[in-house]
Amino acid sequence: MAVDAAAPPSKLRWGELEEDDAEDLDFLLPPKQVFGPDENGIKRVVEYKFNDEGNKVKITTTTRIRKLASARLSKRAVERRSWSKFGDAVNEDVGSRLTMVSTEEIILERPRAPGTKQEEVKVAGDPLASMGKAGAAIMVCRKCFKKGEHWTAMCPYKDLAAPTETSIDKPPSADNSATSAGATKGSYVPPSMRAGAERTGTDMRRRHEENSVRVTNLSEDTREPDLHELFRPFGSVSRVYVAIDQKTGTSRGFGFVNFTIREDAERAINKLNGYGYDNLILRVEWAAPRAN
Amino acid sequence: MRPILMKGHERPLTFLKYNRDGDLLFSCAKDHTPTVWFADNGERLGTYRGHNGAVWSCDVSRDSTRLITGSADQSAKLWDVQTGSQLFTFNFDSPARSVDFAVGDKLAVITTDPFMGLTSAIHIKRIARDPSDQTGESVAILKGPQGRINRAVWGSLNKTIISGGEDAVIRIWDSETGKLLKESDKEDGHKKPITSLTKSTDGSHFLTGSLDKSAKLWDTRTLTLIKTYVTERPVNAVTMSPLLDHVVLGGGQDASAVTTTDHRAGKFEAKFYDKILQEEIGGVKGHFGPINALAFNPDGKSFSSGGEDGYVRLHHFDPDYFNIKL
Repeated sequence: MAVDAAAPPSKLRWGELEEDDAEDLDFLLPPKQVFGPDENGIKRVVEYKFNDEGNKVKITTTTRIRKLASARLSKRAVERRSWSKFGDAVNEDVGSRLTMVSTEEIILERPRAPGTKQEEVKVAGDPLASMGKAGAAIMVCRKCFKKGEHWTAMCPYKDLAAPTETSIDKPPSADNSATSAGATKGSYVPPSMRAGAERTGTDMRRRHEENSVRVTNLSEDTREPDLHELFRPFGSVSRVYVAIDQKTGTSRGFGFVNFTIREDAERAINKLNGYGYDNLILRVEWAAPRAN
Repeated sequence: MRPILMKGHERPLTFLKYNRDGDLLFSCAKDHTPTVWFADNGERLGTYRGHNGAVWSCDVSRDSTRLITGSADQSAKLWDVQTGSQLFTFNFDSPARSVDFAVGDKLAVITTDPFMGLTSAIHIKRIARDPSDQTGESVAILKGPQGRINRAVWGSLNKTIISGGEDAVIRIWDSETGKLLKESDKEDGHKKPITSLTKSTDGSHFLTGSLDKSAKLWDTRTLTLIKTYVTERPVNAVTMSPLLDHVVLGGGQDASAVTTTDHRAGKFEAKFYDKILQEEIGGVKGHFGPINALAFNPDGKSFSSGGEDGYVRLHHFDPDYFNIKL
């Protein structure tokens, strides 16, 4: 954009310039000129206007016209295309940029990968429900926890159980087999969900939030094994954590316990909330999920 | 897709409307000037200056020559679409909320808010072909609903008027006699104020959005509930694709609470649902305030959303949108 300032015409008095609206002086300006668009689609618009100080300013705007698609338009619509501007759009500043194309690519975000069904999600949601109580069968599949049917390697549900599975010993590539299979139909899959992409930490965090119980008012010398011992009678515990002060190395007085089954966690809360432990009264409650 | 952002309004958007050919997009906002844009590239064509209050809704005649707007300055105005000149002003004693032209553009329905002891009302006005013959007399005035009537539209063949508002009841009125024909059931109906109401292209069914975080699809003739779309945010705006069986809901947390939480918690996406299966297809992000207005281009290939943030976002769909499978 080129801006040249020229001295205002001498027959004008400064006083008048101050009083009158700039619009009233528009007749003094040379008319708007439009060049092009040429074969490269370059269009130049030369406009003249008065700036705030009353100087005449030449504004050249160069734009490239791109033809998008050959849309079918009605005759009326084509006619409307050439309507002259009105209202505030007449005196619109060239640089006002009321209309902008987003710099950000927006996608229609799918709630789940295309091709997957909601029922399957449900199956994968409680792979542990079929586990029942510990003991009994020798052959227990580590993927779907079915007893006596197959070994882990032969598990027919391994694809389904993959996202919420708690075992971490399998290779990361197997993790993505379910999503990549459903996403081959040409639709966009965000990079984070593509095959070969690494799982983000959100999965991990969510795992920590499931059936998580917060224990507060612990005595200073309570350690994780103590807490595990305390909570084990209520059901299988998947994770125990006690917050330790970095500097002093002592307990900060609170911790988290995750249960594999929600009902167990509920029973533990009912029983242990208000329970006297090491001369202190425990406070046991559901851990509130983090806000983000 | 790369949406086109249109920043012509200084205040929150309230309503969006495409003309029948889908080449013009009319936007209303709480600033006082409705604006018309070219719907293909988002260029501003003009503004309609003259209102002295927030403009709540608008409608354009089938031949795209007349625009009607309803405003909080207690008036509804008729405009010449091409020049932006005012043709007529209907004056009321309370703010005008919803406006809608009847089929044939000979009648218009205008709702007014409860104000200073006055109850809300639905006014039916005759629209003269020649603006110089236009009068402000009402053909009929319908009264009864408690609270604001947020939307009133014409039913099939102009025989009925469908209204919905703050009392969460959908009513169908006889437009000739002004009698109340049907009311939505307590069990089926919305539990909180109805914020928006959109008819399908053929007029056989319509969609209502409500602050009870759901949208419902109704049969126009019998007022039976067909489908319910449940979401996790108050619904401020609804629209239906004229091309595919898709329903779009817009909303978000209450505008006054926006600054108190993270923007991701506000849920300001436009949510797409499958009309028949009632399942969510996806969401289109972008606004940083609740969505107040949604409109689908009559060709079904683009839609626009207007937000509390003052932006209109015009989305032209990518080709893969048209063969999305659930």
